Amino acid sequence: MNREDFPMLKNDIIYFDNGATTLKPKCVVDKIVEYYTEYTSNAHRGDYKTSIKVDMEYEGARNIVQDFINAKSREEVIFTSGTTESLNMIANGFFAPLLEAGDEVLITKSEHASNVLPWFRLQNEIGIKVNYIPLDDNHYVTLENVKKVITPNTKVISLAYITNVIGDKRPIKEICELAHQNNIFVVCDAAQAAPHISVDVQDLDVDFLAFSGHKMLGPTGIGVLYGKKELLNSLVPTNFGGGMNESFDDPNSIYLKELPTRLEAGTPNIAGAIGLGEAIKYLESIGMNKIQEYEKSLRSYLINKLIDIKHIDIIDIESDSGVVAFNVEDIFSQDVAVYLDKYNICVRAGNHCAKILKDEVGVKNTCRISLYIYNTKEEIDRLIELLSDKEKIRNEMI
Amino acid sequence: MDPEIKREIIMENYLHPFNKEVPENKEEYDYINSNNESCIDNLDIYMKVDNNIIKDIKFDGEACAISTSTTSIMIKLFLNKTIDEALTILDNYENMINEKEYDSNILGEALVYDEIYKQQNRKHCALLPWNGIRKLLEKYKNI
Repeated sequence: MNREDFPMLKNDIIYFDNGATTLKPKCVVDKIVEYYTEYTSNAHRGDYKTSIKVDMEYEGARNIVQDFINAKSREEVIFTSGTTESLNMIANGFFAPLLEAGDEVLITKSEHASNVLPWFRLQNEIGIKVNYIPLDDNHYVTLENVKKVITPNTKVISLAYITNVIGDKRPIKEICELAHQNNIFVVCDAAQAAPHISVDVQDLDVDFLAFSGHKMLGPTGIGVLYGKKELLNSLVPTNFGGGMNESFDDPNSIYLKELPTRLEAGTPNIAGAIGLGEAIKYLESIGMNKIQEYEKSLRSYLINKLIDIKHIDIIDIESDSGVVAFNVEDIFSQDVAVYLDKYNICVRAGNHCAKILKDEVGVKNTCRISLYIYNTKEEIDRLIELLSDKEKIRNEMI
Repeated sequence: MDPEIKREIIMENYLHPFNKEVPENKEEYDYINSNNESCIDNLDIYMKVDNNIIKDIKFDGEACAISTSTTSIMIKLFLNKTIDEALTILDNYENMINEKEYDSNILGEALVYDEIYKQQNRKHCALLPWNGIRKLLEKYKNI
């Protein structure tokens, strides 16, 4: 749907790598160009018209994000460079000062590197223990399995809402309920969820949530850290500097501003935030439920065709997101990706930054198709046509 | 070289790579892991040198058609060569991949990659095992 809004699609490509990043609608690009050509100024500074316009747009973007995830207050929305920075701020700024040796953090083996390595680092530095929630036969997280591994030492559960290789959606709301009964915090990596499904932080009752702009039609270099206000208030800033301090005379008298600026030192990514706001407006004009339904229908169309190809092994058939990882029998995933590129089809090959997932699925590398709103059944037909002839792949992959 | 012949040589070395196995007496070998940060290939390379002569090279790992085939071809070229001879071949191979001047007489089957520069993303694959083995060879150079 809405293909005419995406200038990149005029380049005659079939873009199936939306889990990595998404194409941008013209309105987002225009909105960014407008900032750079019509009202370039810094935020929170001047008393002149363009600067005031910047404040309105930048803080307006925060309001748009607040509505989009249904945060209770706008102070709970912090602009970051992306999911990675958000998750690192949560681990290092909130949990590092709070956790002690022996405390446990629960993740899974299908998490992205950015929800693994910050916790590994805390294990190495302060002696917490990273444990894994076992995945079921489909590689999904079940509430039962979470219950099994919670101990009195468990302090944090940190999970992707939707995973980036399997594509399963986790029962975050139920997990939050269980966690909170046991005084456990829940961190949610929503990088693969926010672009595709409606996310309501109050309904989920999640403590922290992170996502990136560029995976949801927005620009690169902008993302969001959501946290409950009382928790964000005690998050120690990673960056100290301009914009976030109220006053300082000497090291003993540093006074910081309130949220959200306290956590946004330096000149923010103004164009990025404004662009993200526009991207969210665009998504909302279609409707997140409609987007989810459309992707579901595309996925089942794709699966139904892939499943008939004998030499293709699909990693997960049942999950309901737009992510489909597969391998062609006896052909290395990268060679399949290079072959498809010859027909201007963009797919991702590799481990997709989920390097410990191989322990679970027994496959290190896969080809991944990740769908989005502008993909069509005709594009899938073309992909299937190219994948169905194994000899052709083998002949043309080098 | 005829493109069809190139293809056949690459596929032959990919499907039936030479010496793709972990050596039994690993301790007699120098070892290096070579992985490609821009992609997903991951190769373990084992080299046995005796009296400045490369006596054996074996490899293992997961890699694409280009990385696997070039490893196989490299091993065949290097066997029973001196360290200096191997380094000369290596320098010329790298020059070929990077579109610089090179001596085509000493590259044998490795000439099948003489046009790989046309596919930027494959250049890394074509250089992967060679970058790894350079580190092993240079250790001997410095002795």
